[in-house]
Amino acid sequence: MRRKSAIVEVRLPSRLGYEKVAMSTASAMAKLMGFREDRVEDLKTAVAEACINAIEHGNRLNEGLSVGVVLSAGDDALEVKVIDDGKGLKTLPAKPDIEKKMHGEEDPRGMGMFLIQALVDEAEWVAGANGKSSYVRLVIRLDSPTD
Amino acid sequence: MQSETKSRVDQLTSPAGHPVSVLRFEGDIASTSKDAVLGTYQGLAKDKYKLILLDFTKVDYINSSGIALVIQMLIEAANSGQKVYAYGLSQHFTKVFTMVGITKYAGLFASQDAAMAAL
Repeated sequence: MRRKSAIVEVRLPSRLGYEKVAMSTASAMAKLMGFREDRVEDLKTAVAEACINAIEHGNRLNEGLSVGVVLSAGDDALEVKVIDDGKGLKTLPAKPDIEKKMHGEEDPRGMGMFLIQALVDEAEWVAGANGKSSYVRLVIRLDSPTD
Repeated sequence: MQSETKSRVDQLTSPAGHPVSVLRFEGDIASTSKDAVLGTYQGLAKDKYKLILLDFTKVDYINSSGIALVIQMLIEAANSGQKVYAYGLSQHFTKVFTMVGITKYAGLFASQDAAMAAL
């Protein structure tokens, strides 16, 4: 049976901690779609990290700006766009290296984007054309190729 | 919005007779957890307490900022000749800790009993 598509939008204040509202919403949608519990947990962490990046780096903790989260349920996948008012990324950071971190050659932080890429099936960062409204787009599939 | 991180320390002795400092965390581990995570660890005398066991049983949410605090603790512990272990992580956060490489520097156990038996 073909599933009806559904779109849910959430707007978050640019305040750390509110990423948990997006996590809860994403979790509820994924459960309605029939995702396994372990995939729901992957999605929650990826959405949290995307929102934290949007709050901290995109909107620079400016509480006058909000972070948009648009969740689109399709037939076999859930797409999540996290939109901020930053300029977006020119290049993706290198994969974090725990050995370098332990030896003081790399900042202990900087795991967020790596986790996003590792936990969902697709992740792309798109810079806004006018230097604003940049977003990260995540896709998690019901039947992941890694299953 | 983030639930406050609570922490406390229990001093135990393993069946093998080694003193073990158990750092018990409760709540979220996030950017606001510096005092609870690093502060609690730094309150232990580094020359006296060589085995550190982290209890994540009552932690529901760990984000990348929280992971960075754990890594900072591991760096300090390695530089002080201490060994760090952990237990009580959910299946998901066990996977996350493994992905980011923390498990190379902090052995994970399923329970306190399993950890204490190995220390």
